[in-house]
Amino acid sequence: MAASTTICPSTSFIANKNELGLSGFVTSRLPCAKRFGGVKPGRKVVAVMAPPQKAERLPATTGSVKNAMTMTEKILAKASEKPKLSPGENVWVNVDVLMTHDVCGPGSFGIFKKEFGQNAKVWDREKVVVIPDHYIFTTDERANRNVDILRDFCKEQNIKYFYDITDLSDFKANPDYKGVCHIALAQEGHCRPGEVLLGTDSHTCTAGAFGQFATGIGNTDAGFVLGAGKLLLKVPPTLRFVLDGEMPNYLLAKDLILQIIGEISVAGATYKSMEFVGSTVESLNMEERMTLCNMVVEAGGKNGVVPADSTTFEYLKDKTTKPYEPLYSDGSARFLSEYRFDISKLEPLVAKPHSPDNRALARECKDVKIDRVYIGSCTGGKAEDFLAAAKVFLASGKKVKVPTFLVPATRKVWLDLYTLPVPGSGGKTCSQIFEEAGCDPPASPGCGACLGGPKDTYARMNEAKVCVSTTNRNFPGRMGHKEGQIYLASPYTAAASALTGYVTDPREFLQ
Amino acid sequence: MAAVSFPSTTFAPQSTKPNPKSVFPSPSNLSFSSRSCPSFPLTPLRCSPLRRAAITVACASADVSSSAKAFRGLCYVVGDNIDTDQIIPAEHLTLVPSNPSEYEKLGSFALCGLPSSYTTRFVVPDATKTEYSIIIGGANFGCGSSREHAPVALGAAGAVAVVAESYARIFFRNSVATGEVYPIEVEDRVCEECQTGDEVSVLLEEGGGRLINHRTGKEWKLKPIGDAGPVIEAGGIFAYARKTGMIPSAA
Repeated sequence: MAASTTICPSTSFIANKNELGLSGFVTSRLPCAKRFGGVKPGRKVVAVMAPPQKAERLPATTGSVKNAMTMTEKILAKASEKPKLSPGENVWVNVDVLMTHDVCGPGSFGIFKKEFGQNAKVWDREKVVVIPDHYIFTTDERANRNVDILRDFCKEQNIKYFYDITDLSDFKANPDYKGVCHIALAQEGHCRPGEVLLGTDSHTCTAGAFGQFATGIGNTDAGFVLGAGKLLLKVPPTLRFVLDGEMPNYLLAKDLILQIIGEISVAGATYKSMEFVGSTVESLNMEERMTLCNMVVEAGGKNGVVPADSTTFEYLKDKTTKPYEPLYSDGSARFLSEYRFDISKLEPLVAKPHSPDNRALARECKDVKIDRVYIGSCTGGKAEDFLAAAKVFLASGKKVKVPTFLVPATRKVWLDLYTLPVPGSGGKTCSQIFEEAGCDPPASPGCGACLGGPKDTYARMNEAKVCVSTTNRNFPGRMGHKEGQIYLASPYTAAASALTGYVTDPREFLQ
Repeated sequence: MAAVSFPSTTFAPQSTKPNPKSVFPSPSNLSFSSRSCPSFPLTPLRCSPLRRAAITVACASADVSSSAKAFRGLCYVVGDNIDTDQIIPAEHLTLVPSNPSEYEKLGSFALCGLPSSYTTRFVVPDATKTEYSIIIGGANFGCGSSREHAPVALGAAGAVAVVAESYARIFFRNSVATGEVYPIEVEDRVCEECQTGDEVSVLLEEGGGRLINHRTGKEWKLKPIGDAGPVIEAGGIFAYARKTGMIPSAA
């Protein structure tokens, strides 16, 4: 099947075109029914644009490609060996990479053995990537045991890629240990354009930044893939997000995705694919693109994609030798809806407690006193994220007013903190700048307190505190304490807030 | 309502759940009947004998056509956007669902992440089972993580079905795959018209079904199961794959 290499111009057929400048979103709260039995009032979000229409079967367009498909449709078509696919079809898809970690691996392996037999072998020992990262640096016995279960399985199955850890007292003593699975996948060259990557973690969608289909699945589905090497997937329709305009120096990809989630709500992309295009997207580096795709699941999205380009190929050059075939949406592909943003008009944002779509301008929250700042996770713990935070601390020259926790996503990121020079600092590293600013020293790489975890997890919120975090979710209890208040933000905003002790727009320091 | 000929549908694939100790609960809500249930093609769900028993007695309603599937029990009402951290807080994810004793433990923590504004707990402290076999929710139930522990915890606690306005896709998919709870969709804001503790019936019929609140007498139409139908009917992803020849039959 010939793959079109045209990057979709604006002549693509769109069911709904919506132009958006500023964040003029509208949310209306339905009149709440009487409170009873402690149930919280329902909150319905009404988006500014018309609800997505089902993609109609319209007469053939003038596009040169006969069966126009979006990028996601093309990737799934290729992986299911079909010449063409339409949204809504259920197809058996060949899986290129299956990832699992310490929380879901044991359960998935259990199901695999139960269904395929105690002596069954995985479908391909080189396509399963096992990455302990969630509950590692803890004394919780079950958590420790789960890593042992991963090891036993990998030994038995001769799994090629298992980023093991045995010495919990010093992550550096473990030659194979990497850290957060989604970042490790990218850094170790497991993400490739045009491929299908499934993982037992909702943020597997991060890999869509590489122009591949990547989504999260549960243990049972993973158990199935382990034996069969394929999975039954429903082809999602695609929502297109066109981001144009020069990225202001106080905005990061986190602000962009918070803007979008605030626009369409936490269920706005349910069962849909989110495609990110436009000049702004093209200007983002790979880690920023990963941040964008990472939070697709927070909008309910099935997967996110960014078309592969020279930035992608450059990043992959030293990471993988496996050949890959990038795929692109056809010029006449049909999208469910299109949203356009003029990025130059956007301002730094936060997602207020307790929902990722509870969007607000950072500057409008300047009276919110905070107790701590957390910089880490697959969303906001990459090298670029720390460089950004360092930039703000450097610009200020002052010390933080609240405990500021730094949790690098992977061992590579940790190393970068201690070696990469921060632009404009006269050769200082991130770690030096963080130390001068009074931040806590960078912790062992892993998921850390993003999702709370065992009670002794570093930076876990064990009391009801107010935290500005570069992580991805802020539902009640997310970082530990049920009454904790989490403001999701970009690394710029997080650093700025640390410096003032209040939720702070980074322009206070960056302009 | 005319009796509907409903094909024998197995909701769940082969049992991959271990059989926990069969401690039979006696929650006061389940309508226990000394006579056995009418002949339902009620699947040996892929679940413990415990859950199977709970579902069987939950169906002992005389109103129900013998060829449909029905549940009756007390409902527990939640709001919108109940995410997986509220269904099963992350600190409990060290429990491995395919391990029998840990499966039970997961059940004891089901919905313990709900804020304290929910004054009635889904599972009371020190218990492992819930009184409420049916959960009624709003929009986007199960959003957040892909953790299968979420539907597993609900099922392990004794819930048999969730009736919600809409679901997050991974939770829906995991519910279908595990067979732990039926993820049923309803058009209306049922969560605003039911109260925790109401006795309700969920009747699954061809083309959808009904939800009945026995306290208020109100009825709502349920949406059909949709594309998940063939997978559910086959008995889950593994059974469906075997049936369609995608993977070899179990020996």
